[in-house]
Amino acid sequence: MGGHHRQLPTAADFTLKSDSLLHKLPVIGGIIGLAGIGGAVAMGGGFHDKQFAYSYLTAFMYWLSIALGALFFVMIQFATRAGWSVLVRRVAETVAATLPVFVLLFIPVILSMHTLYHHWLEPNGDPLILKKSGYLNEPFFLGRAAFYLLSWSALAWYFRSHSTRQDQTGDLEHTRLMQARSYPAIAIFALTITFAAIDWMKSLDPHWYSTMWGIYYFAGGMIGFFTFFGLVILAMTRKGADAFHGAVTTEHRHDIGKYTFGFVVFWAYIAFSQYFLIWYGSIPEETIWFQHRQHGGWENLGYALIFGHFVLPFFFLLSRHVKRNRVAYALGALWLLGIHYVDLYFNIMPVGSAHFAPHAVDALSMVGVGGIFVATFAALMTRSAIVPLRDPRLPESFRFENF
Amino acid sequence: MSQPSKVYGLLAEFETPAGVYHACETVRDAGYTRWDSLTPFPVHGLDKAMGLKRSPLPWVTLVMGLTGASSAMALQWWVGAIEYKMVISGKPLFAWQPSIPITFELGVIFAVFGTLFGLLHLCRLPRFHHPLFSSARFDRVTDDRFFIAIESDDPKYDPIATRSLLESAGASAVELVEDRDEG
Repeated sequence: MGGHHRQLPTAADFTLKSDSLLHKLPVIGGIIGLAGIGGAVAMGGGFHDKQFAYSYLTAFMYWLSIALGALFFVMIQFATRAGWSVLVRRVAETVAATLPVFVLLFIPVILSMHTLYHHWLEPNGDPLILKKSGYLNEPFFLGRAAFYLLSWSALAWYFRSHSTRQDQTGDLEHTRLMQARSYPAIAIFALTITFAAIDWMKSLDPHWYSTMWGIYYFAGGMIGFFTFFGLVILAMTRKGADAFHGAVTTEHRHDIGKYTFGFVVFWAYIAFSQYFLIWYGSIPEETIWFQHRQHGGWENLGYALIFGHFVLPFFFLLSRHVKRNRVAYALGALWLLGIHYVDLYFNIMPVGSAHFAPHAVDALSMVGVGGIFVATFAALMTRSAIVPLRDPRLPESFRFENF
Repeated sequence: MSQPSKVYGLLAEFETPAGVYHACETVRDAGYTRWDSLTPFPVHGLDKAMGLKRSPLPWVTLVMGLTGASSAMALQWWVGAIEYKMVISGKPLFAWQPSIPITFELGVIFAVFGTLFGLLHLCRLPRFHHPLFSSARFDRVTDDRFFIAIESDDPKYDPIATRSLLESAGASAVELVEDRDEG
């Protein structure tokens, strides 16, 4: 029941204790990350090796999608002036604030770009590719990549730095600015994520067309973010070590669960629409993309996606009890984080090989990029309070309840 | 035709959301089953204070949604592959891919109508009159007063004990409501 008169929290209540896991993760994650990427390069046989290039790109796109999902979530909270999410928003702001590190993580992609994008880097007189060379050429590609990565980094830091500065001053101007800037920021985000997905993943196969591609990557990434977010919140509110001291409740987790469920449906809608339009049009240069993925073991991943990325999570997360139950939601979230990787694997890897053949370099790249991502996230988490202490809607978030 | 007026039940008025909230807990703990709370706006947690169980409505939605989806798929299969076999632009007589949009639409519309009519049924709507409307005091339920109504056919209902329960729960007024045939 409402009407509790809580004291507004102080920085001391919502600062991580020095023995918390997040204080250890920067070092652990950093070591695992560097070892993973180093191992992937060594085992894969260098940056020009096909196995390394494709495995690394999949891992890079995977972790990037989670960070981008966080950025979108934060911007949507300001655009909608959401009250419920204030207590957990700092965690999302911090996930998004890892985006500058992806500038560095993109370097191996550049180093292996002649392996990944040789179709359009060396057109060999292919008339279709030559027509596209005004867009698909090396300097413009690198310039665009710099633009995407720098705009995401700038947006993520803009929101996080205003939010953390408000912790000190309590100035409402920060909230007003972030609200006003969130709308153009969402437009920039929508365009950059679409073009980045086209540049980095779709141009692997430059003969193929799909206008759903950008939103498809976004949809999967949102699931990746909400499940990662939900798991971090679960870990931070575990019994006996609740960093939020009971302030983050089942109600907040329920809403994260609803978002997860919503994007499971959204992903299925986008994935099916892409397939359906290509099926109906039945134009060889479009259907070849799915044709290739219906052979050589890739078809099993396709079925895994239909059932594991939509049917099962849909009926599982449909229940209110599952979204509110710690163990059930954690299981669903781990499953979805795994299947999100299968999704990107199914999209990227078949370009490089006719047969489904998982390789240790896949796992090393995932652990490598993931280690750096988690290390950065943890390091940033320890640098400020874990909730926006003086956000004007914080009291609303304390009182939040679902009907 | 004149009928002797029946007693609908007791209507108790409260001045604050907190007042009606705690009174609901009292009535719930006293074991009443046929009663309701009426407020001008949703009061957080009132369902828990009343001891309400989860509504069965989501199950109606689920069953109706699945019925709609499966009948849409079955209809398209029957029309395309059995009754009107026509090959259109080289496509198979029946395929699941183009059938999904209709399946989705019918699933949604069945689920929506199931929810709407299920809700009306559970709320015993439509009805044109309710005995509580005969109370002048009750007009303020859309403004600034909070009410609990206990029906006389509740097994625990007793004209005197129930009234004193409501009064001790902090009601600012308790009145008897008759179930008149307004003819």
